[in-house]
Amino acid sequence: MISLTINGKPHQLDVTEDMPLLWAVRDVVGLTGTKFGCGMALCGACTVHVNGQPTRSCITPVSQVVGKNITTIEAIDQNAVGKRIQAAWRELDVVQCGYCQSGQIMSATALLTSNAKPSDADIDAAMSGNICRCGTYPRIKAAIRHAAGIPIVAVKGA
Amino acid sequence: MTTLNTLQAMSSAYSVDPSTSVELAVAPSRRSFLKVSAATGGGLVASFALPSFFGSAHAADAPKPAAGPVPAEAAVGHASAKATSEATGFSPNGFIRIDRAGLVTFVMHKAEMGQGTFTSMPMLLAEELEVDVDKVKLEQAPPDGKLYSDPLLGGQVTGGSTSVRGAYVPLRTAGATVRLMLVSAAAKTWAVDESTCSAANGVVTHTPTGRKLNYGQLVDRAATLPVPTNVKLKDAKDFKLIGKAHHRLDTTGKINGTAQFGIDVQMKDLKVASVAASPVFGGKLATTNDAKALAVKGVRQIVKIDNAVAVVGDHMWAAKQGLAALAPTWTEGSNANYSSAELNKQMAAASMVAGAVARNDGNAVATVAASANKIEAIYELPLLAHATMEPMNITIDLKKDSCQIWCGTQVPTFAQGVASQLSGLPLDKVQVHNQLIGGGFGRRLEVDTVVQAVTFAKQIDGPVKFVWSREEDIQHDMFRPYYYDRLSAALDANGQPTAWTHRITGSSIMARFAPAAVVNGVDSDAVEGAKDLPYTIPNVHVDYVRHEPQGIATAFWRGVGPTHNIFVVESFIDELAAKAGKDPVQYRADLLGKSPREKAVLQLAASKAGWGQPMKAIEGRRVGRGVSVQFAFGTYMSQVVEASVDKDGEVFVHRVVCAVDCGQVINPDTVEAQIQGGIMFGISAALWGEITLDKGRVVQSNFHDYRMLRMNEAPVVEVHIVRSTESPGGLGEPGTSALAPALANAVFAATGKRVRKLPIGSSLRSA
Repeated sequence: MISLTINGKPHQLDVTEDMPLLWAVRDVVGLTGTKFGCGMALCGACTVHVNGQPTRSCITPVSQVVGKNITTIEAIDQNAVGKRIQAAWRELDVVQCGYCQSGQIMSATALLTSNAKPSDADIDAAMSGNICRCGTYPRIKAAIRHAAGIPIVAVKGA
Repeated sequence: MTTLNTLQAMSSAYSVDPSTSVELAVAPSRRSFLKVSAATGGGLVASFALPSFFGSAHAADAPKPAAGPVPAEAAVGHASAKATSEATGFSPNGFIRIDRAGLVTFVMHKAEMGQGTFTSMPMLLAEELEVDVDKVKLEQAPPDGKLYSDPLLGGQVTGGSTSVRGAYVPLRTAGATVRLMLVSAAAKTWAVDESTCSAANGVVTHTPTGRKLNYGQLVDRAATLPVPTNVKLKDAKDFKLIGKAHHRLDTTGKINGTAQFGIDVQMKDLKVASVAASPVFGGKLATTNDAKALAVKGVRQIVKIDNAVAVVGDHMWAAKQGLAALAPTWTEGSNANYSSAELNKQMAAASMVAGAVARNDGNAVATVAASANKIEAIYELPLLAHATMEPMNITIDLKKDSCQIWCGTQVPTFAQGVASQLSGLPLDKVQVHNQLIGGGFGRRLEVDTVVQAVTFAKQIDGPVKFVWSREEDIQHDMFRPYYYDRLSAALDANGQPTAWTHRITGSSIMARFAPAAVVNGVDSDAVEGAKDLPYTIPNVHVDYVRHEPQGIATAFWRGVGPTHNIFVVESFIDELAAKAGKDPVQYRADLLGKSPREKAVLQLAASKAGWGQPMKAIEGRRVGRGVSVQFAFGTYMSQVVEASVDKDGEVFVHRVVCAVDCGQVINPDTVEAQIQGGIMFGISAALWGEITLDKGRVVQSNFHDYRMLRMNEAPVVEVHIVRSTESPGGLGEPGTSALAPALANAVFAATGKRVRKLPIGSSLRSA
């Protein structure tokens, strides 16, 4: 049995120690907001927070996160920064297909938590591990700036 | 069966007269366009027909299945044709329900995959129905079910940037018709003249007395009234919603983890399967280590079919571990030595023979041959994978007497058709529950996963979710065809083109997907954007040689025909401008005398981009601007790309300025988003996208070797929309097709190196 604390709740899981956290969260606990994209930490769709740190759950064995606080997209609104990020995403209509956005929001929340006023270079560095095939990057960047209270430039053209 | 090109003709017909387009959109007669009846349990249901990808109401024109044995991947066309030919009479595929509480539900046949359909469609409806668009509830139409008797099978397709173009008139007409009936019901209730009543925000008001009745109070009476005909639609100047930015209606679930994509389906006793198909196309399963796989904790079953194997487990980890332990081996078959070099050689050889003629104005071939000032070029485009963020997956529960499928699909009726065919169950026993799509781009126009899953599921009891690994997703995609294009042109003394020839050699997707779209050997998709040059050139010859890669299935990819042809045409016209010593924008403009909307967007993009002014220098990099202009998917677009290239040939895209004339804009915010996204999608492909083959296998496997654009590489995109009330154009794809040529032309401007072979990155490295 593996004991995990996910979104503040304890879970006892009958899984092997090497099981990636992604599959424990999705297929065993049943929280499907965290997405599978590549299985190799190349795309960021599976990003969760482990003790507040953005973590690629697809390559993180459950044994490594025992006793730590795991947060998934389903509980990110419990975090003031997360809530702000979600509001900015809504305000700027960031999403398209939406599949990568859980991971994007987890990465963005972690960024603003550690760096309240990130530069564009900071945003690039924190977010370049998250792939979006719909190409929502301009709006993600704008939404992060918006959530951080930084003026948005040259994004909402039209 | 209409083709993609015919669809454009259909959409332009809408601009002529709404009643004409309604007649085009539905069969058999205009009278049956819309039916209104009482809903079970109270309220009103309006059913009507929305034209789709294939103009599906034209059931009699449906393609006939090819004679002889039908390969698995061709089952799509077969099932679709069969189902379509069975559809007769009035075949509604759009439904509006209004219940006694006034709740408006719109059931529609289009899928949401990011393009904003679930926002634009309610906007069209709400504009004329006069309800709060944010309160319109959306339901995905199932491909069958008793409520939707006589569905438009073979027509439930989301693709080709068609949703808004197809729905623009019929959906507003449906909304206006129902509104008139509600107003009429209120007038009858009050015993007043209809002209003294008005509707807004779900309420009918009797203007002289201020009396009000909300729609919910009127639905039962309205359902009994005759359906008005010749309903007048609003003038564009009276639009309250159309043309104004509106927030997406599907954001909430996509930012809090509750949106359900196909891969998220959960149910009691659901097992998860991981799949491996023969890495060599056409290979067969040889050996497996079953005992070792079954020893993995959580593994329940191993299922084998001719060319693939699946391990079923309690969860994905068990299934994946089981598959690794199973260590399948394969009998590789006749494609075992196939490679990209061989494919290239075959294409080059095939392109030497004259093809089916798509266009022949004047005498282009002879004019070029006789010219003292001619230019010839060969362009090549690679195979491409779709790599949707949501890997391919499907959940299936196949029983003796029923089959249920859950997946995100652009073609629910195709899925239903192949499942019916392979399971032997009648269509009405196969239910497809469509889910949100985590990226379509054409990949989910295919039902190869359904074919595979149904075949496996015959050996499995209970529901099982098949999830392809990213490696499986990339290596067993149905790829954008490899194209090999030969061009030539003759220039007169002023550098103006007097003749243009273009021979396209490549796979025919239409021959498999919609055979009726291949006429006299010309695949309408393969030549789209090539035969309909916007430029005035007296002699033009375009022909098409079909050549299929050995054993590899090809499929639509975002931007379809134009993504290939616009790259070639807009690159080659740039070559002509360079040979003539003319400015690329001016050269194009001079040839666009008969294409005023193309010329207008070209000049707008150039002006906004500061064309002609020097770009800021960047140390260690060469900078340049490139341009493209196109008419595709009913939309006019021009892009100017600013790019730089370093000494190693690494390209960076700094800025893309896009001017677009898509006719009447529905939601300008979505227009911008689709163009931004289409450009990002186009950059990944233009710079790095390339599926290569070695020993009969796909070389690439995941995002480390099938590179995607990332945020730190994303340019600033500026979108400038031309105001217009012309009928709407499509937007899902033009942003992608316009990007590659503008970028390649920018690379030329920066380096003097003409990129005739995509991806650009490989071309520059090999230079």
